[in-house]
Amino acid sequence: MRVELKNITKRFGPVIANKGVNLTIEPGEVLGLLGENGAGKSTLMNVLCGLYDPTEGEIFIDDKPVVFDGPGDAIRAGIGMVHQHFMLVPVFSVAENVVLGVEPTGALDHLDLATARAEVERLSEDYGLAVDPDAIIETLPVGVQQRVEIIKVLFRSADVLILDEPTAVLTPQEVDEFFQIVRSLCEAGKAIVFITHKLNEILEISDRISVIRRGEIVGSGDPKELTRPELAEMMVGHPVDFDVARAPYAPREVILDVADLTVLRDHGAVAIDNLSLKVRSGEIVGIAGVQGNGQSALIEALAGLRRVASGRVTFDGTDITHISPRARHRMGIAHVPEDRQRAGLIGNFTVAENMVLDTYYGPPFAKGASIDWGRVHADAARVAEEYDVRTPSVFAAAAHLSGGNQQKLVVARELSRDTRFVIAGQPTRGLDVGSIAFIHAQLMAARDEGDGLLIVSSELDEIMAVSDRILVMFKGRIVAEYAPHIAPLDKGEIGLVMAGAAA
Amino acid sequence: MSVLLDKARLRQTRITGGVLIALGVLIAVFLAPDAPGVATFRLSRPTDVWPVPNLVVPGGAFIYVVSALLAFMGVRLFLKGGARWSALILGIGLAIAVAAFLVWATAGKSFSLTGMLQATLVRAVPIALGGLAGVLSERVAVVNIGIEGMLLAGAFTGALVGSLAGGIAGLAAAVAVGGMFGFILAALVVTYRMDQIIAGVFINLFVLGLTSYISSQVFQEYRALNNAPVFRAIEVPFLSDLPVIGPVFFNQNIFVYGAFILAGLATYYLFHTRLGLRARAVGEHPRAADTLGINVYRTRYINVTMAGMVAGFGGAWFTLGSVGRFDEGMTGGRGFIGLAAMIFGRWHPVGALLAALVFGFADSLQQKLALLRTPIPSEFLAMAPYIATIIVVAGVVGRARAPAADGKPYVKE
Ligand SMILES: Nc1ncnc2c1ncn2[C@@H]1O[C@H](COP(=O)(O)OP(=O)(O)OP(=O)(O)O)[C@@H](O)[C@H]1O
Ligand SMILES: [Mg+2]
Repeated sequence: MRVELKNITKRFGPVIANKGVNLTIEPGEVLGLLGENGAGKSTLMNVLCGLYDPTEGEIFIDDKPVVFDGPGDAIRAGIGMVHQHFMLVPVFSVAENVVLGVEPTGALDHLDLATARAEVERLSEDYGLAVDPDAIIETLPVGVQQRVEIIKVLFRSADVLILDEPTAVLTPQEVDEFFQIVRSLCEAGKAIVFITHKLNEILEISDRISVIRRGEIVGSGDPKELTRPELAEMMVGHPVDFDVARAPYAPREVILDVADLTVLRDHGAVAIDNLSLKVRSGEIVGIAGVQGNGQSALIEALAGLRRVASGRVTFDGTDITHISPRARHRMGIAHVPEDRQRAGLIGNFTVAENMVLDTYYGPPFAKGASIDWGRVHADAARVAEEYDVRTPSVFAAAAHLSGGNQQKLVVARELSRDTRFVIAGQPTRGLDVGSIAFIHAQLMAARDEGDGLLIVSSELDEIMAVSDRILVMFKGRIVAEYAPHIAPLDKGEIGLVMAGAAA
Repeated sequence: MSVLLDKARLRQTRITGGVLIALGVLIAVFLAPDAPGVATFRLSRPTDVWPVPNLVVPGGAFIYVVSALLAFMGVRLFLKGGARWSALILGIGLAIAVAAFLVWATAGKSFSLTGMLQATLVRAVPIALGGLAGVLSERVAVVNIGIEGMLLAGAFTGALVGSLAGGIAGLAAAVAVGGMFGFILAALVVTYRMDQIIAGVFINLFVLGLTSYISSQVFQEYRALNNAPVFRAIEVPFLSDLPVIGPVFFNQNIFVYGAFILAGLATYYLFHTRLGLRARAVGEHPRAADTLGINVYRTRYINVTMAGMVAGFGGAWFTLGSVGRFDEGMTGGRGFIGLAAMIFGRWHPVGALLAALVFGFADSLQQKLALLRTPIPSEFLAMAPYIATIIVVAGVVGRARAPAADGKPYVKE
């Protein structure tokens, strides 16, 4: 099945998200779609999958024009999409989510969950996507939710699969497995649109690459003839410096001391098992590990969002084990949550409101019981500018920003304050190369000012790029420590330890 | 490990234990000395096929036993924990406390327990159907404050059409008019994105005004328009002869049977069918449903209209199921109590039905106690079961979770 987008334009009020885009998607081929945050990739794909009506332009399937009146039409035409922000019903089981909309039924409209379960099991076996069909989505780590999304599309036997940043939350091993799946799908004659910000991934998997900038296609090419710097330049319009400049490692006193910490998951299983670690002022400690080994619980416990079952957390000599998130915040602890939409922002609030979610209650933003909105707006505009949060104005709803710009908004709010300690989970999730370099530079600046930083990322490259010390987490414990200033890092070895080799 | 896990629950269990101990002490101090003689509960009438002897309970002794039991359960919970059972124990404790209360009120007298249970079911009907209507619409994320108005519309239509064309026609018309108001609510909130609370209040005020006007201006003059036949109780063969259970469950009118059947059907629909799965998806995450080709707007229209039909049926109970005549504002807030039942029942049809039974019990208890002439003013008596309900809900039911998108309009791009 060959899909052609002709002259697609999409406007949201005054915002032009796509401008006269022409794109062809061939069967048996992976089309890599690359572009800065807010370039219009997701919007374009939402038009293709029937979620948005194009303002102008047409879609052709096998040279016949089609009009989608909603995603149902697109699904029936064989177009399936894994959205950047998961479209899963949190309280439903995996099997229910997979079959939703195309449910197997018996007499009396009876939902045939046994068949649904069997189908999920078959697909997860065929493609090596391990999931428990009866698990409830909200109890699953994001990496597993991602698999559910892919199974969902496969279950609809789509011929064209649109994958919007599917690897943003996967570990390197998972990415390898995922690429195998993509290849086998391609061999089966399916057409794939693959969106990512990771240049090496796009070079590895794509057959063709198109780059989109500010809503327009600015170039296409053959991955065999392109290099990372060339792609980056095509994307942002100027050369990008990949290396993080870092001052020499000069740690000072211990600022965060975690002793014998035990934290439980919602259902009582142990997430963090007697874990101890120390972070000094002026150093970045990176936590590497395969997702689901307790990193999320660690961040939540340190941010005050999850109860500590036993152990002690000391910050700058004060016991903070059980104090409230706001009290921590007042002590200068910043927290970039792992999942921006769940814990980082309020979608219906404006950019400005989101920018002061943590500071609205005190000076300079509050005067007594009232908020000085002029001040809030001016300040938000300044910070948004500084962190390159691309938004039509500070009055736009946060939910209307592109995924990467939502992330930048959260990071901007947390880092623009006077901080002494930064806890960050997946700080650059979904960011383009330019923005990643910028955020890394900000983290580095915080370190050089004497902040302690604890960074969790499933991206080993990121951990290796920014950390002064690397701790590997496995099954709720720290199983290994590496320090580049002592011995050079060996990515392969760390990868093995992450997979449990040392335990 | 489990020690760590249970810290918070332990505290909760302690509180539960404390409540039970206090209840036991209160009962022993205030009720027991004041209950001379025996309490006689009549379980059947002499004419029944299988008459059962009366239940005779020695007042003081029974109450002491109850208070001792409560104290025992309370102390056990307080000292030993056992968090898993604390909710169940609290429920049992409250139930026997209510029993002790009844024995105290009946001491030296006699009254028909079966009759009270029968009345419980009857009075639970409009609340259960109102709650069910709430479940159906909130499961697709439309908050339905308008249930009260839909009940009233059903009651009015039932009386009017019933008087003109008979009970069956009246019932059908009541269901249709309820459905119409459901459709109007859906149109206001889905298509015109009016605030859901305001739209519901609008329906309530509109129906109240219109029916009050017609009943005072027209029905006063033409009494024949407000004189509908009443659906009589239908005995289920054989089953209705069973002692106690028979008269309570199997000798009722179609509204009681209807409430039970509809609760069962709604459970099947919501949790075991394709359309039910889609409806719940629309209530939890409308955008996800939309990306899968489910028509969010249509789903909301259909479910809210069905909710209106259920409420219309429940409304007909007031007239066709009981007095055959419409009075101004005769629903008396049952729609709102139905919404409470929906929440207490955790947005589940059967839960709502059970919660409605608790309210129905409260209602009929108040009525019977007024007859027994207890020293407490009956208004205060009427409050006790509600307070018990709140304790049960807080302690036994715990945190209920509304559908995630409840009350939020969905805007397609
Ligand atoms: N629903 C909406 N209403 C208004 N503006 C929107 C809406 N959705 C997207 N936009 C705007 O359209 C532009 C393109 O957004 P889009 O989500 O397509 O970017 P993207 O290329 O996917 O970026 P990212 O890599 O960060 O996900 C952005 O400027 C965004 O603010
Ligand atoms: Mg995007």
